[in-house]
Amino acid sequence: MTASEIREAILSILSDLAPDEDLSQLKEDVPLRDQLELDSMDFLDIVMELRKRYRVQIPEEDYAALTSMKSTVEYLEPLMKDL
Amino acid sequence: MVVAREDCQRIVLTGVGLTAPNGNSPAEFREALLAGRSGVCEYEIRYFGKTVAGVCDFDELRHQRRKEVRRGTRAGSIGIYCAREALASAGIDWDNRDKSRVGVFVGVTEHGTVETENEIYEIKAYDYDCRYWSHHHNPRTIANNPAGEIALNLGVTGPHYTLGAACAAGNAGLIQAVQMLRLGECDLALAGGVSESIRSFGIFAGFNSQNALARHEDPTKASRPFDRDRNGIVVAEGGCLYTLERLSEARARGATILGEVVGYAMNTDATDFVLPNAERQAECIEMALARAELAADQIDLVSTHATATPSGDVEECKALARVWNGVCRTRFNNTKSFIGHAMGAAGALELAGNLPALADRVCHPTINLDAPDPECERPGLVVDEPQELDRVEYILNNSFGMLGINSVVIVGKV
Repeated sequence: MTASEIREAILSILSDLAPDEDLSQLKEDVPLRDQLELDSMDFLDIVMELRKRYRVQIPEEDYAALTSMKSTVEYLEPLMKDL
Repeated sequence: MVVAREDCQRIVLTGVGLTAPNGNSPAEFREALLAGRSGVCEYEIRYFGKTVAGVCDFDELRHQRRKEVRRGTRAGSIGIYCAREALASAGIDWDNRDKSRVGVFVGVTEHGTVETENEIYEIKAYDYDCRYWSHHHNPRTIANNPAGEIALNLGVTGPHYTLGAACAAGNAGLIQAVQMLRLGECDLALAGGVSESIRSFGIFAGFNSQNALARHEDPTKASRPFDRDRNGIVVAEGGCLYTLERLSEARARGATILGEVVGYAMNTDATDFVLPNAERQAECIEMALARAELAADQIDLVSTHATATPSGDVEECKALARVWNGVCRTRFNNTKSFIGHAMGAAGALELAGNLPALADRVCHPTINLDAPDPECERPGLVVDEPQELDRVEYILNNSFGMLGINSVVIVGKV
């Protein structure tokens, strides 16, 4: 998957997790939690959905990489490049 | 006469919110019951297949955001809808209410079955690898979930919990509210019962294996309490919550008082897992009457529990015959004949269907009673058409459940 495709995949997950929110104005390098109403359970949902949809396993010590859209895509690129 | 209590110990119903298979408000529900309109329809659920059920169609998004619906449970959504509607009908100024003095007491037959079945269904796609088991499982399945979701939605910081009381749970929720208000543990209670049971294939399969699941080519005729051709329970979802207050405070704020809980009782058969016990049921009714200081013939209307199982209906009729031996002015009806068995919500919903009778003196009928079972003969049973009574001062509401749990609530006109 390309960086652009990974971004779309994350947006798809976020749209399920935050169905009441407008994702069209999401800023790339601002923490997702500062832009969307997301809590720790939602972040676990992101991890779970990546696992379910793409079989990507993210260890707990790497959760900090999922802070912003930019950091999340950068973190996932090597893990998802062959998908 | 009903037992004399000070107004601060008299507990009254001041609001109702409900969703039933044939109505999403007390007015819609009552209208359907008076019109003889069933809410039972064809239904299909994974593994079990086609069956019939009572299905609710209230708008979850009326009081919840989509994210809340996604995260929570169906029982939570039913509870939130009923709680918000009850508060609105009670005319309570919620924004300025002290939320720490509000209690939420919700009866449930079971909780967590639906959510657990869903998770097992999900991880089947991943070869039962538990890494795919959701972190939402525990908050969704904990026993207090439906009450807790109501508290979260409303910002209630007083006590909240569910009462697991099988199909006696709706009454149990109300009884808990009465006790907590009398103890001064809260100033306002949201109480009753909810059920999401139709989302569980196991509930249907379990009743079916017990030979206690209704079947009929016309779903609206499947729930047939007291009928010779009854063949079991129609499982239904639903919810009904009341606002309860002390009479003194309800009067002080000028509330419309729908009725007063003048008596109640709960007891236990201690005889069987599933088979009811007429003697214990009769004792429960008699205990509620004694607490209210009422004689049986002072009860104007009895909302029966009968679920349309062969033995359950017979046992309740035996209990009624013992208590109303030779009494003929009391009228009896059955709400499950319209909506099926709403499990944890049943007691609260069935009371709500009858509560307007305190004002309009009309007893709604029992439907689908085409050929009465001789063993269920009950003088005073109102069948097919509503009946206007000379007076309705007291309604007695029966609700019984598995493991021999019995509950009775008596509501009187204020």
